[in-house]
Parts: sequence; C-alpha cells; structure tokens
Amino acid sequence: MLKKVTDLTKKALISAFGFLLVTVVFSQEIPSDEAVIAAGEATFKANCTQCHQIHKKVIGPALAGVYERRSIEWLNAWIRNSQALIASGDEDAIAIYEEYNRTQMTAYPFDDNQIMELLAYIQAETIKGPPVEEVAVAATGTAEGDSVSSSYLTAVIIILVVVLVLALIALVIAVNTLTKYLKEKKDLGEEEEELVNQSFDLMATLKSNSFLGLVVFVFTLIVLKTLIDGAFTIGVQTGYQPTQPIAFSHKIHAGQYEIDCQYCHTGVRKSKSANIPSPNICMNCHTQVKTESEEIQKIYAAIDYDPSTQTYGTNTKPIEWVRIHNLPDLAYFNHSQHVDVAEIECQTCHGPIEEMEVVYQYSNLTMGWCINCHRETDVNTKGNEYYNKLVKLHSERSKEPMKVEDIGGLECAKCHY
Amino acid sequence: MKENKTYWKGIEQLEATPEFQERSAKEFHEYLPINGNEEGDPTRRDFLKMMGFGMAAVSLAACEAPVRKAIPYVNKPVDVDPGVANYYASTYSMGNEVCSVVVKTREGRPIKIEGNDLSKVSGGGTTTQMEASVLSLYDEQRIQSPKIDGQDTSWDELDNRIKAELASNTGKTVIVSYSNCSPSTQRAIDVLSTKYGNVEWVQYDPVSMSGTLDAYETATGNRAYPVHDFSKAKTIVSFDADFLGNWPNQTSNNRQFASTRKLDDNKKEMSRLYSFESNLSLTGSNADYRDPIKPSQQGLYIANLYNLLAQKAGVSTVSTSSVDNSVVLEKAANDLWNSKASSIVISGSNDSNVQQIVIAINDLLGAYGTTIDNSKSNNTRKGSDSAFSNFVNELKQGQVGGVVFYNCNPVYDHPLGGEISSNVSKAKTSISTSDRNDETTAISKYLAPDHHYLESWNDFEPVTGQLSLSQPTISNIFDTRQAQESFLRWGENSDSYYDFVRAGWSSLATGNFDSFWDKCLHDGVYENGNEGTSSSISVDVASVVSNIVSSSASGTELVVYSNYSIGDGIHANNPWLQEMPDPITKACWDNYLTVSLKYARENGLDYDPERMVAKLVTVSVNGTSLQVPVIPQPGQADGTVGLALGYGRTNAGKVADNLGVNAYQLVNSTSSGLNYSSNGISISGAEGTYQVAQTQTSQTYAGRETVIQETILKEYQKDPGAGRYRPKISASTGKEHPYAISLWKDHKYDNHHWGMIVDLNSCTGCGTCTIACQTENNIPVVGKQEVLNRREMHWIRIDRYYSSRGDEGRENKEAAAENPEVTFQPMMCQHCNAAPCETVCPVAATTHSTEGLNMMAYNRCVGTRYCANNCPYKVRRFNWFKYHDNAQFGDNLSMNNDLGKMVLNPDVTVRSRGVMEKCSLCVQRIQAGKLQAKKESRRPKDGEITTACVKACPADALTFGDMKDPNSKIYKKLKINELEKGVEAKEQRAYHVLEELRVMPNVWYLTKVRNKDENDKVEA
Repeated sequence: MLKKVTDLTKKALISAFGFLLVTVVFSQEIPSDEAVIAAGEATFKANCTQCHQIHKKVIGPALAGVYERRSIEWLNAWIRNSQALIASGDEDAIAIYEEYNRTQMTAYPFDDNQIMELLAYIQAETIKGPPVEEVAVAATGTAEGDSVSSSYLTAVIIILVVVLVLALIALVIAVNTLTKYLKEKKDLGEEEEELVNQSFDLMATLKSNSFLGLVVFVFTLIVLKTLIDGAFTIGVQTGYQPTQPIAFSHKIHAGQYEIDCQYCHTGVRKSKSANIPSPNICMNCHTQVKTESEEIQKIYAAIDYDPSTQTYGTNTKPIEWVRIHNLPDLAYFNHSQHVDVAEIECQTCHGPIEEMEVVYQYSNLTMGWCINCHRETDVNTKGNEYYNKLVKLHSERSKEPMKVEDIGGLECAKCHY
Repeated sequence: MKENKTYWKGIEQLEATPEFQERSAKEFHEYLPINGNEEGDPTRRDFLKMMGFGMAAVSLAACEAPVRKAIPYVNKPVDVDPGVANYYASTYSMGNEVCSVVVKTREGRPIKIEGNDLSKVSGGGTTTQMEASVLSLYDEQRIQSPKIDGQDTSWDELDNRIKAELASNTGKTVIVSYSNCSPSTQRAIDVLSTKYGNVEWVQYDPVSMSGTLDAYETATGNRAYPVHDFSKAKTIVSFDADFLGNWPNQTSNNRQFASTRKLDDNKKEMSRLYSFESNLSLTGSNADYRDPIKPSQQGLYIANLYNLLAQKAGVSTVSTSSVDNSVVLEKAANDLWNSKASSIVISGSNDSNVQQIVIAINDLLGAYGTTIDNSKSNNTRKGSDSAFSNFVNELKQGQVGGVVFYNCNPVYDHPLGGEISSNVSKAKTSISTSDRNDETTAISKYLAPDHHYLESWNDFEPVTGQLSLSQPTISNIFDTRQAQESFLRWGENSDSYYDFVRAGWSSLATGNFDSFWDKCLHDGVYENGNEGTSSSISVDVASVVSNIVSSSASGTELVVYSNYSIGDGIHANNPWLQEMPDPITKACWDNYLTVSLKYARENGLDYDPERMVAKLVTVSVNGTSLQVPVIPQPGQADGTVGLALGYGRTNAGKVADNLGVNAYQLVNSTSSGLNYSSNGISISGAEGTYQVAQTQTSQTYAGRETVIQETILKEYQKDPGAGRYRPKISASTGKEHPYAISLWKDHKYDNHHWGMIVDLNSCTGCGTCTIACQTENNIPVVGKQEVLNRREMHWIRIDRYYSSRGDEGRENKEAAAENPEVTFQPMMCQHCNAAPCETVCPVAATTHSTEGLNMMAYNRCVGTRYCANNCPYKVRRFNWFKYHDNAQFGDNLSMNNDLGKMVLNPDVTVRSRGVMEKCSLCVQRIQAGKLQAKKESRRPKDGEITTACVKACPADALTFGDMKDPNSKIYKKLKINELEKGVEAKEQRAYHVLEELRVMPNVWYLTKVRNKDENDKVEA
C-alpha cells in the first residue's frame, strides 16, 4: 500500500517535473495564442509602427521572419538597447546600423513577455503573408454597388414621373374630346349645358383670397425655416478645413503607417487637451526620414535645426498651426475622460482622420451633438470600481443599459463652470 | 441665553431707524429705472430699433469665425502637459513673513498658492496675503530691468559700477532688510562682507517686536522670540496682542487656537481666551472675555495681573497702582492660576519693560517648557529698533558710504523714513533690490531688482530646526536677478545662487546628496533635528515695573494697527487684498479712524452707514497731521482711536497709490524703541465728508435672528443641542419640523452628495477663504465705487454679527456697542436641496445636480435676477459690468492686461456682463477629483476632493466631503442619518441657517459655543 502511494507520488513528481521542463522549453517558442498576438499587436502599433512594417522596409527593416533571422536573446538585447549591442561589437548589430544610415533605434524597456508578444504578432503576420490589394477592391466594390443602387432609384423615379405625365396628358386629351363631343350634341338640358360650357378662370383663382393666403403662409414658413436653420449654423464650422503652415498628412502617418494617435497626441489620456505635438516628437523620425522634403524643412526652420551638421540652434520659432476644433470657452471638455475612462475611439468625434490628407472638422461640435451622444452612449463601467454602486442601483430600476444621461451626464455643471 | 440677546450687523441695524427698515426691505439700494426713465417710457420704435440693431449685429458677428492658432511647445518639457496642473512645494516669503506653501502651476504659470500640509511650522494653512501673493507676480508695476539713476542698464554695467563704488567706499556699508531667517542669504551677505569689510546688516520689522526681543535678551540672554504653542493652552490672556491676526506665524496660531475650540462627544473642553485691547481686533472678537482698555493702561494691567498671580503663588508682589475695574483681570488671574502651565500670556506692547513682566508672569505660571518653548525661536522677527535708529543717525552724520535696501521699504514703513529719504544722498552708493517700485526705490541710485519669491531659490529656518525650501515655479518674467545672486556677484563669487544654496545643504545630507536634495525639494520642508537649548529665565520684576511709564492720561490715545488684508503695506498694490472687507469694520479700499460710539456722538462725528458717508477729521500727532474719515466702531475702548497701517502709498502702483493715509508717520520713534500708540493727540474738526466703502449692510436678514445659534460651554456640556433653534410649522398633523412636509419631489442622490460644515466655533473670521475663492474662481475686483454701489462679487463672505444683552433701541445703543460679542459666519451658496432660486429662473440657468450641487450655467443666464431676489441667503452676485478687458475697471489687474491674466484659472469661465454667479462648491475641483478616481478605477478618497476655501482655512473650520461616503469626515462629524427625504444630522450642534424655510441646504453650521461662566456678572 505504502509502496503504491510512493509510486504515485513519484509519478506525480515526474510528470510535474516533465511539465515544468516542457514549459521551460516551450517558453522559448513563440506563442500563437490569440490573446498574446492581440497584446503584441497593441504594443507594436503603439511603439513600432513609426519605423517598422512587417512586410515592407520603412525607416527600419521589414520584420517578417525576424525571429528566424536572429536569436531571441539577440532581439531582446537589441530592442532594449540597440546602442549597447552595437557598442559591444556585435557584427549583426553593426551591419544593420550601417545599412540603415546609422539611424538609432529608440531603446524600449520591454520585459521578456512583451517581447514574446511582439514576436507572436510578427509571426502571425508573417504567416498571413503580405496584404493583397483585396481590401481596396472590396471597398471599391461596395462603393460601386451603392452608386448603382442610387442611380437605379433615380431611374425608377424618372420613369414614374414620365408615366404620370403621360397619364395626365392622356386624361386631358380624353376630357377635351368628350367636351367637344358633348358640345356638338344639341339635345342637352340647361343644367347639363352649363356644366359642359363652364370655363376655368385661372386669374380669378390666383386673385382669390384663400389662394393668396395660402401662398403667403407657405412663403412665411419657408423663410422662417431657412432663418432658424441658418441661425443654428452660426458658429458651427463643420467641414472647416484651413490650410496649415505645414502640409502634414494624417493619411500618411495615421493611415498608411498606422502610427498610434497617442504617439503624437500625448495628452489624450492624461489631460483635457490632446495636445498638438511639439516638433521634438516629429524629430524622432524626421532626423532621418524625408529630410530633403520642403515641408520637413519648415520643421527644421522652426526649431533651428541644421540637418547637415545635425545641430540645434537657439533661434527657434514655434509653429503656428491653425486650430480646427474650437469649443467656446464656456464649455469644458476633457479628452482623458472620453478616451481613457470611456474608451471612445478618436474617430467617433474626429471622423476618419486616417483618411484625411488635410484635417477638417468632422462633427459639428454643438451642444446638441454632445447631449445626443450622452443620451445614446452606454457608460463604460466594465472593470471600473467607481461605477459599481451606480450600476447596481441602475440595474434595480431599469433593464436598459446605463447611459451617460442616467448618471447626470446632461447636467449643466458637468461642462459649464 | 438666546432670549435676551440682540444681534446686529451694524449700528444702523441697532438703531433700526424707519429709513433703515425701509431700505433693508429692498434688494437694491440705489434707484433703478425699472418702470421707465425720466424722459418717459421707451417707445415701441426704440424697441424695434434695438431689435433691428441687435439682429444686424448678431448676423454680422456671425459671418466669419475668427482664425484661432494652436501653438505647441518647440520642445515640450517632460513634466509639463498642457491642461494638467503641476504642484511644487515652495516657501512664501514677502516682507518678514515666511510660510511653506504648495504652488499650483498650469502650463508653467503659478496660479494658486496653497498651504503645505507637511510643514510643522504652519500646519498647512495660509493667510489672505499668501493666497493673494500670486497676483503680485504678474504685476506690471514690477521693475523690469536693472536701473542706474532711473535709466535702464545691463547687469554687467550695474555690477561694475557697484563693485567699483563699494571697493572705494571709505565709510560703512549698511545692508538694511526686514528680519531674515534664510541661512543661505546670511551666507551670501557674509560673502559680501568678507569681500569689502566694514559691512553692517541692520534688520527691522514694519511692525516691530523689538521690545519683546529685548525683553527676552534681558531675561534669558538670548535675543529670540520663543515658539508659542496655543494648542496646549487652556487659558490665553492677550494684552493687545493680535495673535490670530498679525502675529508671527499667524497660520499656525489660528490652527492651534482653533484646535482648542473644537468640540465633539469625546472632547467637551475648550480653551478660554481673555483679551484686553483698545481696537476691536480678530483676537478680541474671538475672546470669551474682552475688556477694552487704553494702551497707556496696558503696563498697569499687566503689573496688576502679576501681583494677583504672585499672591496666589506666594511670591512677593510689586508696588504699582491698581486698575479702575479689575473684575475681568481677577477672573483671568483665577483661570490662569487654575490652568497653571497650560497658560499663555502675551502682549502686543513694544516696551521691553512690559514684556519682561509678561515673561515673569509666564514663568510664574510655569508656561515655559509646556506652552512656550524657549529652546526654539521663531526667527521671522529679529528687528532691532535701536540698531535701526543708530543706522539713521550714522547716515545723517555721513558715516555710511553705501547702503543696500535689501527688499525693504523703510522710507515708507518706518517712522524715520523721512530722515532716510532726506539723508540718503550722503551715502555715495544707494542700492535697492526691491522687485517692485516703492518709496525706497524712488530714492535709490541703483536698482538691482530681485526675483519674485515664486521665481526664486532660497531656504529658510522660520523656527529653530525647521527648514523650508523655496524653488522657482516660473522662470523670471522680467530681466531681474535674485538679490542673493547680486550679493554673490558683488562679492566676486561666480556661483549661481542655486548651487550656493545646495552647497549650504550638503552637510545636512546623510546618504546620497542628490536624492536627499530631491526629497527636500519635493517635501518643501526638512527638520534638521536641532532641538535648541532652553535658557533659564530671570526677571527683576520690581525694577521693570518702576520703569513702566504709568500714565493716567485723560486725553484721547491713538493706536495704529495692521489689518488683515493690507497688513504692513507690502501688498498694497494687490487689488484682491484692497477689496477684501476688513473682518471687523467690513470696509475696504481705505483706512479710517475707528472711534467709539460715545466719542462720535460727543464730537459730532456721525456716520451714515446707509450711504456710507463719514466725516473727515484731522489727526495730529507730534506735529504730523493727517486727514482721515471716521467710522464709529463698536468695541473700541473709550478714549482711544484706531488707524490701520499699510495705506497712503505714494509709489506702489496704480492700485495702491493715494488710497488712505500713511499711519507709519504717526508711530512714535523714541529712544527706547517704536511705540505704536500715542497719547496727546489732537483730533480736529469735521471738515467735510468722505465715502468709505463697506459691505456691512448690503445683505441683511431682516430680523431673522436664528442664523447664529450659540450657547455657552456649560450648557453644551449638559446638552450638546443647547442654543439650537428648532422651528416647527403648523401642518394638518399638528406642529411638525419643516422638513417633514413638502410640495416638492425631493432629490435622490445615487452617487455623491456633496456637503460642507462650517464650525462657527473654529472660524476666527480671518478672511483667507474669501481670497482663496477669489483666486480659484476668477472673481473680479469691482473697485471702490462699485462696492459703494453694493456690487462686490465675492462668492464667500464672512458675516460679522455683534451681539449684546439688553433691549433694542436708541437709548441703549452706546451701551450695547461698548463691548459687544462678535460672531463670524462664513456665508456662501448653501446649495439647497429645495432651492428657491432654481424654481424662479425663467430660462433654467440654475438647476440642481444629481450630486447635490446647485449649478449655474452662465451662458444660459439672461440676467433677470429673479434668483437673487428669491435667495434667502443673498449669496448670488450679479455682474453689472464686463469687468475684464475694460479700461474702466483697470484695478481689476487679473483680467485687464496680458500679464495679469496669467493668474486666471483656465478651468473656470471668466464671466461677462449680465449674468448671475455664485459659489459652485468648486465644481471644477470636484470634477477633476472624480476623473482622477475614474482613471484609477476606484471611488474618490475622502479629503482628496476639497474646495479652495476649505483648503485655505488656517483654523480648519470648514469641512467638505461626500455625505454618501460613510468613511468621510463630514459623514462622521454630522453623524448622518439617511432618510427618505434627504439627510438628517444626528450631531446636535449641526443646524441649517433659516431651517424654517425648508430650503434644506447642503451646508451645515455648528453652533458657536463661548467659554463663559453661567450667571456671569461680567458682561463681555
């Protein structure tokens, strides 16, 4: 009996040890778990897309299959401090440094897990292969579909109108023929004759009080409606798209290179304002990228940077961007509340910013627009202890999800003080 | 107690003339053209014209939106995020006052000063002047570059000229300054003296404590003012020493004193304060027993007190004449003897002999070692009157070759200023380092402007062993240089003052210096463990008593004092302080002669409080004559008149110049020191009238006297609800508490329910909350004329009520006003749960929030003012004008020039003309605190969200918090009981003002409890 127990223990121990061994061995393997890949993707997009793509050489090398080209230890060292690796005389490191015009890679203090997540994402993307132009084709497809359906509708309407006009003409002809025929008949009664001979006096109708009254009423309505609509557009600058001093393209940076919004708009999670980035953020890349571009030269002029000697002067001149989104001073808006706490996408208010060559005001930024969203939006209470009590009380009273409105999101002093 | 008491806000209410009653029923005291103008009603055509113009103007204005720029940093500092406030620990130091503070900055601009809770010296409070000092940083009157003979110059040129002159100086070089407690400044001046030799440093204080310091030097051999701990005192006796108002370390005095006045179920004892004084001061207003005495009698009173105590102690008494009425004095002596070592006796006299008896009394009681620690000194007062007059003599005799006025203004704030002014030319070199123009810079050849304290590095040792660091929170706005750095340059030391300060601290570090330094900089304070050494005390009472000039003068005596806003006058150009109503007189923008009611009647100096018209008189002291308006002041000792220092500036800037008169000229400079009281003055003739702006009667309760509910300690001990007024209203069910019946559907609060407690027993009336609120909430300064029109904008005011026994009426007026009790009641929007203002607003501009706040949407307000009419507390303030960007309100410095505007809080709207405003319970702070909690996925912690007034209060009289949070201080203090219809406080002292109206405020008041005896014969 005792032996059995010991055997069992032994077996258990061995299997446990084996399991451990397996884990240790496999921990060096790149995981392919969905969650890990997703985490890697987030890290990649927040930190790496400024300089790297998977299948394309950008500022740095294309990363597809990098886990096969280099050892994981090497990658760890490189990511955490590439300069140290270069200084240590690593041949591969020096070769890359030279190949990419001695561009220094920013040191990222990632831990082992984060690097494995990154590699998992890169591996997944490598396996997927380079993106085909399918997406674009599909998009065009739907667009075409839309235009077909709308022109089809127009055609139907035109045909309907034509049919109606034809029917009207046919009716008028029929009436005329009938009248003519009846006039020729002599055996009509007095009343019938009167009916046949009556003529339609257009002028009399136009001059009649009731008609004039109707016209004035309709006209007044139209004028009033136009005035009121007009008054509501005062100060509303939807579509405002001023020319900026530097032709910065969100389409290239946010769209093509998928640089995370926060990389430049650093305040968006911690401050009320998202911050227009200062040139030192631009210079993270543009010390190397497109240095000859006329637009980039404007940045250099602003910060008094000499690209030939790579030195900064003191004759700086801040860049005066034209402000597009102007909330009145009486309204308090906080980006971090919406982005960090509520986890709302930038595009919800700013529109398809990643497609904008020149940024324009997408939403009308009126109070009605704010209020409407606060009426419709569910509060992001998940995992936020602040809301626990509120959610509990709300669920006791209502089956609907808790909207911003339900916790006082329409009150004056939430935005006006 | 309540039944036979009369409460009154001012003399006019006490008189209750028919005119007053008629006026008090009106909301607006001036004529309003509501029902047409003199030429007749506006016609229909006028209306159409206005409409047409309005429409055209609106459509024109709307045609094109202005192009706005967004300009980012060229190189963003790592720690600065636009929109996020940064806080830095630093030290307030202007004049001779020093206090550890925390500075709130936004985008690199300091915008708010708050107390540093880590400081053991200040206890975390601030004063009005500290709160307001941030505006002085953005004063256009500051000197913007170094100057020689009034001409701009470069620092190099200035340094070369000064160095050459100091090197060739054959006479003495004298550095004149206020008291200095900065060790590094001392070292910097040492560098200068080592370099040039024959350098003397003369320190003085605008309000001198030289007599006290001299007394300690005689008694202990150590010329230092020991640390007083009022929190340990059971009995405090003050002879004209306004320790709550203008004493060294006022913040801590307030906190300590208030801590002895707090009452709860576990602490049913409180201290007792006696005050013997001439003018009614803050200390006197807070006293349980107050005895108005003449300043010439003070020595006599103190000597008599010594004798009374000596008899009890069995020590030999001294021979002195007795006082006329010793009832209060004997009572004080009994209490002192009962509390023995837990006592403090202080005097405001600048006579060393008087102070020596005070020391003897404290020694007799055994106070040294318990309430007074003479091993540690308060270093913010070091000035010596004799050293100063010696300097003036040497200057006159031409023995001084060079004089450096280091951040001081003796030409204005010293009675010998005139002599300095006329003799300064005898010194070859005269330098002023003042950061702003003043009377002394006007006579100085070289101006080497210092940084403002918010731009400076420095260190201080305000109390032995307690160090406090100052760091810049903004780089210098103008071409100024820190004075200490100037001293180093002139002393041929090329260190920056930052390195110099750090070097001085290097010996304090135990481990790594950088991390030690960073910690100190972060905390702002450091204790170096210096315990000091106590010295033995010996006073020859008999001989000092004989030295006391015991005058039985029958003439009127003048007492000059420093008030609670302008103080010694350093801050005179600060409009926030100029417009702060004096807690006692409720007057602002002027100084004035306070006289007793009896004196006013006898001399025909009547005052019209309704129109605020005062008679002008000429006061002459030792040949100096000044013309001042006269205000009859209840509590003013008979035979005395009072006049505030700090006014009458001539070269301080556009706000301060020519406001009031300079009372420093009336201070007596005698061989034994400065004397702030004088007898043998003459007051002549009512030569005209003058308007003094007062806020006193502009908001009245029309006889509803239960707003103040008070009792005495013995009653409270028997019944915590003593003194409470519990109104009942008639309902169908019989007499009910008003809150039991309602027409309204009451509010329910799921999330937060913000509330505030005001402890009337702790509030000393200092007014710091008013200024803190003004800074935080961008409240405009309206100027004297608009205050006269009763249009001041303060969101929190401190109502001051006098009370006295006896019947209302003219015949008793003087008796009632002879020595009234005083109660201070901070009054702000009460955030009623059934708010009368909300229901009358035709445009729903003021509404109720789900968190209990009464909200005010300025942009929605159309200015009907129905809300103000319907507010029973009269806390809503209307913007009669556009106070910003308006040259007519040039005194409103914070909104009328680009530099001044830097002080505005960017989170709070600057209101425009025609809208109502009021206390928001600092909703911007509430929102910010909630957001922080949400970001960290937690509920807000009690205490992290607080309003500006609560944070500023040095006496800790205000408590703010969430009444839904069972862990909050407010919940526990009120012992909250949540009912179906709102909140009930089980704390018996808690009451709502005007409870009978059933507006159900969210602001609670705790009854005032005076430490008086039952059946007391002394009416104080």
